[in-house]
Amino acid sequence: MRTVQRDSADRAQAARPARRRRPQARTAPYVFLFPAAVFFVAFLLLPILYALWLSFRDERVRGAGIVSVREEVFVGLSNYASSLSDSELWASLGRMLVYGVLVVPTMLGLALLFALILDSPRVRMRSFGRLAIFLPYAVPGVIATLLWGFMYLPNVSPIRAAVEQVGLPPPDFFTPTTVFFSVANIAVWGGIGFNMIVLYTALRALPSELYDSARLDGCSERQIALRIKIPLLTPALVMTGIFSLIATLQVFNEPQTLSPLTNVISSTWMPLMKVYNDAFVTNEIYSAAATSVLLAVASLAISLGVLSFLQSRAFGEDR
Amino acid sequence: MRCTSMLKALSASMVLAMAAAACSSGGGTPDSGDEGGTGGGLRSYGDPNAPAELEFWAWATNIEQVVDIWNRQHPDQQVEVNSQAQGDELVTRLLTAAKAGNAPCLMQTEYQALPVLVSNGVAADVTAAAETVRGEFSDSAWGLTSFSDQTFAIPQDVAPMMLYYREDLFEQMGLEVPQTWDEYADLAAEVRRKAPDRFLTTFSSNDPGWFAGLSQQAGANWWSTDGEQWSVDIDDEATEQVASYWGRLVNSGVVDGQPMYTPQWNRAMSDGTLLTWPSAVWGAAVLEGVAPTTKGKWAVAPLPGWTEGEDVSGYWGGSATAVSEDCEDKAQALKFATWLNTSPEAVRGLITTSGVYPAATDGQTSTALDSPPAMMPNQTGFYDLASEAARSARTFTWGPNVNVTYSVYSDAFQQAIQGGADFTSAVAAMQDRTVADLEEQGFSVSQE
Repeated sequence: MRTVQRDSADRAQAARPARRRRPQARTAPYVFLFPAAVFFVAFLLLPILYALWLSFRDERVRGAGIVSVREEVFVGLSNYASSLSDSELWASLGRMLVYGVLVVPTMLGLALLFALILDSPRVRMRSFGRLAIFLPYAVPGVIATLLWGFMYLPNVSPIRAAVEQVGLPPPDFFTPTTVFFSVANIAVWGGIGFNMIVLYTALRALPSELYDSARLDGCSERQIALRIKIPLLTPALVMTGIFSLIATLQVFNEPQTLSPLTNVISSTWMPLMKVYNDAFVTNEIYSAAATSVLLAVASLAISLGVLSFLQSRAFGEDR
Repeated sequence: MRCTSMLKALSASMVLAMAAAACSSGGGTPDSGDEGGTGGGLRSYGDPNAPAELEFWAWATNIEQVVDIWNRQHPDQQVEVNSQAQGDELVTRLLTAAKAGNAPCLMQTEYQALPVLVSNGVAADVTAAAETVRGEFSDSAWGLTSFSDQTFAIPQDVAPMMLYYREDLFEQMGLEVPQTWDEYADLAAEVRRKAPDRFLTTFSSNDPGWFAGLSQQAGANWWSTDGEQWSVDIDDEATEQVASYWGRLVNSGVVDGQPMYTPQWNRAMSDGTLLTWPSAVWGAAVLEGVAPTTKGKWAVAPLPGWTEGEDVSGYWGGSATAVSEDCEDKAQALKFATWLNTSPEAVRGLITTSGVYPAATDGQTSTALDSPPAMMPNQTGFYDLASEAARSARTFTWGPNVNVTYSVYSDAFQQAIQGGADFTSAVAAMQDRTVADLEEQGFSVSQE
């Protein structure tokens, strides 16, 4: 209604040269966008373009002694070729796949379960439950990993001590197979909170008349959850699914911090760790740039693919 | 109107600049190299007495206390210590900072990291400043910081390796201090028999410098250059001997395979799960931080040798003070660097508060070395042993891609320990990858 009034006011002013109101109306959105655009360009767009630029170059040494001269040269696609032919990169991608299969369903499944439980009518201590489940998300990733590192290292672990007290064989968190579960556990522990809040908020937005009519028809709470709530949550589930997928593709904090504590996590265990190792430890920033561009393109392709596949199912109702 | 006021401002600033230049150049009179540092050599970099604010990236224990001595004496030349990382990690950050153009003026670099920094243009040539203190260090110390007649850092400390052992537990379990590595292996098996939850020591996949020092003791020389070509010989006989020895011990379970410097290792060192630690002179200071409850329980012996009666050691680390190429106050920075490593009060501070063994020859006879480190009051002859080890320690030439070799060490030995493989395969991986990286960078490598 306000827009209608405004339009008529504008049309009324069209007769007079109204220089002050029109430019303001037109430039106001841009003024609001400007700071965000500056940050976007400076901290996202320019570094991405610079990484792209670096990925086509390499450094060559002239002179043989220690005191050599280094110059940057253009090398075309050779960084990409050596990245794609690096068996270590493919091995890390395989490990990332295993990690993703462990993390994404577990995290989303548990987040959905907790959101549904918190949304059911007869639950008590709702706000305490929300806070308790969300709290791990508030712990920064590296701190959380150090915390769990203490839990996993045999002679300082309270978990092991408790298990040994009871008399059971102590679990080894750092074997080549259990390490996947150990690292996934940290991600799931930290990520459930955020996903649960998103799903819970989406649940709260659902019209409660549906539940009333369902109860009148004789549905139990479990049937309401399975047959009404979850199907209506599909857009939120797709969104949290995509976020989790992207987080999996970018896993870095947990394995990088755990790596010095144990022998089963190499410095190139995950793709992003390999990029970090290339860029900053072995000083090959050019091949690291190529690898990170490849990873970004792959992430984009996968995200777009998953989204377009699910588009009709997730957003069909909005259309 | 705007143009003329701009011109006025410009001309005013130019006049001021010229006046300042005139004042400072007329300021000091050239003196002939007394006071260990304000001599002619430093003037080639600028004015060593001009005010400056310097940043010093270092990790030596309590080095802030030593720097405080300088800060009190030089109120207009303040040095700020930044201990954000140690050793190899710091090299990574220095390379990145230099690329960004904001490397710190002063940096503590280990001897093996210096070629990497020089090769990447991060460390500045300090030959002229080194001349003012040339006689303060031995030729072998200068050899660690000089390449093809150019010096790139002032040596700070040397770190010969020695064997730390739990004197109290050795007595309790009736063990004898080993003289040779064969005796050490037998002792490891004996410890496992007598106390199945203890280990004689651990082999760390995280500490390539430790392995390099042991290889040095055996006579290895990983890189060499004739000025034109590099040759890489990481898989030489000496290194393979060291690798297969430790591989045998780890794979048969008599020695642990856990990395050092983790909470697990700290606990193991504190509660006696690990009975010995082949380490370097600075080990006592580290023990203070890692296992403070074991004060007075550790003792030190010479590192076991490969043959009976042999008394040779290797180096684990040891660092120097370098100045970055980007530094705008090189003269003042070098004045500080030479003070830190040669002046009696600084060297005394390095010994007593940082727990390092100084590279300066005068420092090695300082009275501060008469009393043992705080962690080991029971061993009064600690520094006598240290100087013995320093006299006999072997070193080798470091190449321009030590960072790559060290990175491969971690991954390769992790895999070998985890999979129970022969450790010589890890050494082979280090050799292959180092050669490949040198060739990729554009160095010419001789094929043997």
